[in-house]
Amino acid sequence: MVKKTLSNVYMAIIFLFLYLPILVLIVLSFNDSKTRVEWGGFTFKWYIECFQSETIMTAFATTLQITVISAVISTIIGTLAAIGISAMKARSRAFYLGSTNIPLLNADIVTGISMMLLFVKFVELGFVTVLVAHITFSIPYVILNVLPKLKQANRSTYEAALDLGASPLYAFYKVTWPEIRSGVFSGFLMAVTMSLDDFSITYFTKGAGVNTLSTMLYTELRKGIKPELYALSTILFFTVLILLLLVNYLPNRKKSTALERV
Amino acid sequence: MNKLRRQLLAGPYLVWIIGFIILPLLMILYYAFFDENGSFTLEYLSHIASPINMHAMILSLELGVAATLICLLLAYPLAMILNNLKIKNQSLVVFIFMLPMWMNFLLRILAWKLLLNKNGVLNTVLMSIGLEPVMILNTPAAVVFGMVYEYLPFMILPIYNSMARIKKDYIEAAHDLGANEIIIFFKIIIPLTLSGIISGIVMVFVPALTSFAVSELLGGGKVLLIGNVIEESFMQGMQWNAGSSLSLVLMIFVMVSMTIMNIFDKDGEGTAVW
Repeated sequence: MVKKTLSNVYMAIIFLFLYLPILVLIVLSFNDSKTRVEWGGFTFKWYIECFQSETIMTAFATTLQITVISAVISTIIGTLAAIGISAMKARSRAFYLGSTNIPLLNADIVTGISMMLLFVKFVELGFVTVLVAHITFSIPYVILNVLPKLKQANRSTYEAALDLGASPLYAFYKVTWPEIRSGVFSGFLMAVTMSLDDFSITYFTKGAGVNTLSTMLYTELRKGIKPELYALSTILFFTVLILLLLVNYLPNRKKSTALERV
Repeated sequence: MNKLRRQLLAGPYLVWIIGFIILPLLMILYYAFFDENGSFTLEYLSHIASPINMHAMILSLELGVAATLICLLLAYPLAMILNNLKIKNQSLVVFIFMLPMWMNFLLRILAWKLLLNKNGVLNTVLMSIGLEPVMILNTPAAVVFGMVYEYLPFMILPIYNSMARIKKDYIEAAHDLGANEIIIFFKIIIPLTLSGIISGIVMVFVPALTSFAVSELLGGGKVLLIGNVIEESFMQGMQWNAGSSLSLVLMIFVMVSMTIMNIFDKDGEGTAVW
């Protein structure tokens, strides 16, 4: 009993540690007062200002474009690569997996700088360079999500399908795809998350004119804290919350897959 | 034949690896070892030993280790508690502890900054109960707290995952054979969660060691980590060669910590957190 109480207290403390700052942001986003700690009445004005701010809205649009395009492309390249890697012999597999680990393990700042050094030799930094960079660091997450599924998948059933006259594409679609689908899906989600959350690599590859939400926030936070940013945080927090709940707890999904995805 | 065809599917990725992973790293090597005229030099590498750089490196290591240890100490008990929860919605509870991870990390810094500010929430609370306000913002302590706040979920997740994989049978068997809770903890739970612990350490230590945004925003430009020195040499000073040689050092730091972790992680699953 004592142990149970202690456990609950401990969970509550960590919970507060994680959520108190977010709660403060949410409360302040409705606070009609210039100073941060005094309650000056309820208001929606920061939300209105947030939606009217060109800086925020442009950065938001750029972020969405980069995230969607990079997640789709990296999912395609990554899934194909995972299928290829699973058919390889040990030595080439080691090369691919080793290279896959580089952006995963290397410091973001080094990855960002190394790509910047390459890009500036050939092109002007901008939207495309950020996109390429995001695809590069997203592919490994897709591969790491798809490869284990391919390993679990029963190779013989695929070969049996071929023996029974199915074309490789048809056999893939009917046999392999159902087995790796969940891996591809979670790889895609990881790619989306990583792209949305990335700051360092974007920061070095973006050039002067382009800003994602992260780099825009960095610039703004260095200048000071604007209340519109509280509103933005609140909106983003609830968007993420709703999206994750939808993904994890849609009906007809098994509990275990929900956990895997967390 | 069929196998070969399947291998070809990795072709686009091979192009990507060479073009955007290997070539960029070679660029860093080039800038670190060759000057503007293209002749080989060790001059930039020798700059690493300058007092500013050495100080930044040592501070980065200290703050990184501190943040990692705090995360580990906070996360391990939590993972155990979460794993032992005897309720139906265990996954939901785990989800709650992971959720902040999905919020943009700069927004989390913003939230944290609000708490720690001189006139922020923490000090308001402290003063209202008659305590002295603390001036924690713009100190190394603020940076460590910021790192812990940023990276704690990265420690919780792999440890929880490895703990959830432990078969209850092992623990029951140990009980049956007369082991008490302490022996079970040290002989079964710790060894079986070691790969999770190591993943967690990597996931926290590497970003903490190499971050520059956290220290810039919570340290107010007064806490110079190696990441900040690198960032400045590229974005402000145009000292690309010096910056590249420092990046090289940072890469070596990262590789060394990975190797050390790999030695302990026999399953080779250390970084396969997801």
